[in-house]
Amino acid sequence: MEVSTDWYLILSAVLFSIGATGLLIRRNPLVMFMCVELMLNAVNISFVALGTELNDVSGQIAVFFVLVVAAVEVVVGLALVVAINRRRRGATADDISVLRG
Amino acid sequence: MTGQTITFIFGAVIILTGGIGVVASKNPVHSALFLVQTLMGVALLFVVQEAHFLAAVQIIVYAGAIVILFLFVIMLLGVDQSEEWQLKESIAGQQPLAAIIGASLLSLGVVIVAIATDTITGQVQVSGERALDNQFTDIERIGRVLFSDYAMSFEITAGLLTIAVIAAVVLTRTIGHDELLPDLEPGPMALPDTSPYGGNDSDYAEAADVSGPEVSGESQGGD
Repeated sequence: MEVSTDWYLILSAVLFSIGATGLLIRRNPLVMFMCVELMLNAVNISFVALGTELNDVSGQIAVFFVLVVAAVEVVVGLALVVAINRRRRGATADDISVLRG
Repeated sequence: MTGQTITFIFGAVIILTGGIGVVASKNPVHSALFLVQTLMGVALLFVVQEAHFLAAVQIIVYAGAIVILFLFVIMLLGVDQSEEWQLKESIAGQQPLAAIIGASLLSLGVVIVAIATDTITGQVQVSGERALDNQFTDIERIGRVLFSDYAMSFEITAGLLTIAVIAAVVLTRTIGHDELLPDLEPGPMALPDTSPYGGNDSDYAEAADVSGPEVSGESQGGD
């Protein structure tokens, strides 16, 4: 039984769905960001699997850029969470409106 | 079953249990630790596919920096209280709807893979520097392509990182106490009143000020 690219893609789809569901049902902004990380990792799996399938290093380059974007997203997102929590303790995603100018 | 198959199944189980743990854990710290588990599983699958550089970067950047940043913020803000699942939903029927959307995404992804896998894979074969089977090592291959074909993207990445640093500084800069919003009401997820002085920090400070002068007053009276 050989591992084909389909297996990786289906695993990627399952992980992406888990992340999307978590993003929709959780209300703690930190956990929502973690769910976004899950979705990004799901896409990374499929990038590397398709790159291996096509014998092309571009898939791995794309994963490299996704890593950078994930780091940037976490930095800005956590800065927002800190800014919200300065104004309201234990804030949920519904409290982002306290940041309006 | 080959070793690659066994490793894939092992990695998939690690990834999926970690992903479910992230979503289902009530405590954000547990979610962060389950996220580490998922990231390690993804790194394992990268190793299986001979993307060694990405596996190392995955562990260093994700597990070493991003998750630590998550944990740092969780500890800093003290928001590691458990989340109540049965909160008042701001959108009626949000959680069932979310489950339906998640199941739809899952079925969509699986169907797309099942339909398209015969037509999209194995068609294009590249050669030269971008091919995975050339004479270079993994990290050398990535470096050659990254700094030639993708040099412009790399420069834009630098700009993106600079913007992120500036944004983090601007968003989290210290605000004066007079800028605090006057109508601070505890949200639906506010910390429980565990402090004997009754909850939030300002109450605690006032109560400490009240109790402080009594003690010091007695000592001053003694003097």
